[in-house]
Amino acid sequence: MAQPVIRELKLVSFLEFEKPIAALQERIDALEGSAEGSPVNIAAETRKLRKKVDSELARIYANLTPWQKAQVARHPNRPHFTDFAEALFTDFEPLAGDRYFAEDEAIMGGMARFNGRPVMIIGHEKGRDTAGRLKHNFGMGRPEGYRKAVRLMQMADRFGLPVLTFVDTAGAFPGIEAEERGAAEALAQGTAACLRLGVPMIATITGEGGSGGALALAAANRVLMLEHGFYAVISPEGCASILWRAAEKAENAAAAMRISAKELKELKLIDRIVGEPLGGAHRDRAAVFATLSDAIGDELASLEGLNADELRRQRREKFLAMAQAA
Amino acid sequence: MSWLNNLRPRLKFLQKKDSPDNLWMKCRGCGQMIFQRDLAQNLHVCPQCDHHERIGPVDRFTQLFDGGTYRTIATPKVADDPLKFRDQKPYPARLKAARAATGDNEAFLVARGAIGGVDTVMGVQNFAYMGGSMGMGVGSAFVAGAREALKHGLPYVVCTASGGARMQEGLFSLMQMPRATVAIEELNEAGLPYVVVLTDPTTGGVTASYAMLGDIQISEPRALIGLAGQRVIEQTIREKLPEGFQRAEFLLEHGMIDKVVHRKDLAAVLGRLLGMMTGQVKDAA
Ligand SMILES: [Zn+2]
Repeated sequence: MAQPVIRELKLVSFLEFEKPIAALQERIDALEGSAEGSPVNIAAETRKLRKKVDSELARIYANLTPWQKAQVARHPNRPHFTDFAEALFTDFEPLAGDRYFAEDEAIMGGMARFNGRPVMIIGHEKGRDTAGRLKHNFGMGRPEGYRKAVRLMQMADRFGLPVLTFVDTAGAFPGIEAEERGAAEALAQGTAACLRLGVPMIATITGEGGSGGALALAAANRVLMLEHGFYAVISPEGCASILWRAAEKAENAAAAMRISAKELKELKLIDRIVGEPLGGAHRDRAAVFATLSDAIGDELASLEGLNADELRRQRREKFLAMAQAA
Repeated sequence: MSWLNNLRPRLKFLQKKDSPDNLWMKCRGCGQMIFQRDLAQNLHVCPQCDHHERIGPVDRFTQLFDGGTYRTIATPKVADDPLKFRDQKPYPARLKAARAATGDNEAFLVARGAIGGVDTVMGVQNFAYMGGSMGMGVGSAFVAGAREALKHGLPYVVCTASGGARMQEGLFSLMQMPRATVAIEELNEAGLPYVVVLTDPTTGGVTASYAMLGDIQISEPRALIGLAGQRVIEQTIREKLPEGFQRAEFLLEHGMIDKVVHRKDLAAVLGRLLGMMTGQVKDAA
């Protein structure tokens, strides 16, 4: 009775375009579960199938469309803020509250050590299971979350801590109370706080970079992006429903908006792409933690020794240049 | 050739506007038919119900600058279609239509003049131009206005009107938010006033950046101001929105703006505030 349920759960983690891999995986699982045949033959056969999985993954992931990338970026098993906080840092001390209204767990932050050096880390947390997703409101920040981020940034500035952010949100939470408490103002102040910092700031778009809710944590000296993340002014579905009047055209919208790391790097709107392991960050978390840690370490080193005015000036100049002349 | 292309549709537009069919218009507030000329003489505010009709930059400049006199400030030309964006209609075709309809190159115009005697730079966003959407052109015009104010040590007043970001420019449009924010920071640091006049509607990325960073935030009555669109909110929370939600008066009640000011009083209020913010000393009356 229980068997089909387990298989179904395993399949949930496969995306639509990963069907060939799901099929191979199913064969591997069946072989490993079967009592027939010699163990040697089974081992040889599964080895062969695993090789095929790798080559299929390589083929599929080398040719992801922007819309497929959006789905990888939203994959439920993709590492989230809590995972990065645990893997890249030591001594993480989460800090709570905006001091005005509430604690918003959609945006987490606190002090931590990065390779021994004290830093301030801030990021969106989407939550892992149903309870977690509700607790963290699916990573969609309310005004309080952004005001907490501003508070932590200002504190980092006072104590000379570099600010490292991890962006992964569909956008700021669209709700009545969010509007009542000035969601737009909270985002505007978030972006302004980033731009005011006299300490190095490095933002990484780890999954979804959803519009103003992403930007409010990402107006940084360096904007890094995981290879399969996406960063967009509006969700592909939102864009499609406005411009194509059909949310199903999200695939077209994703392509038209140029939301992938590669395209945004070419357009000089992000600074660096951080490669992901074969088949995406969710297939080998340890690998992505190591690569990202190295990339952040590099970028931090390159900002080392710049004084507060210079850090601010460089950051401002970078964003001011983000328009193409006729 | 290009000027001819631009001119022809504009002439057509003007003729159409002046034709007798269009002498009357239906007020979007009360639904009554109003004589166009009466509306124009009343600052485009409905004489019946006080509905503030949307107006463009030229009307705004004329209404707010002393004696209706001002000098327009040139704004930078930007690349028209940085992403080669194609939806159901190519972006360049949408731009062409917007330019023909408004006679302007972009959805944000800048001018300099006096308000209540205070030399001021003013930027006005035009909702009639692709919904006042913010792309590189709007961002560049905003920055140019701020820089003009900075260069001459003047206050910067911006009248917002926008449906949000211009999706056809992808992430370039989002990046106009930090661009504008940097320009505002420069004004703040120079001790120059930055005053926002929110007009109907101001939503999305514009609200989440320069529309909410004013030293003073003024709104016209009943203007729709918010971050998220009402349909999006309704779909998310699956409830009907309360009456007056995201209107100017709602924002005033929630502490997000300083004042709701009727259009007939706007120039006077701005003039008084700018006079004090720039330290003008007046003889005691
Ligand atoms: Zn009316």
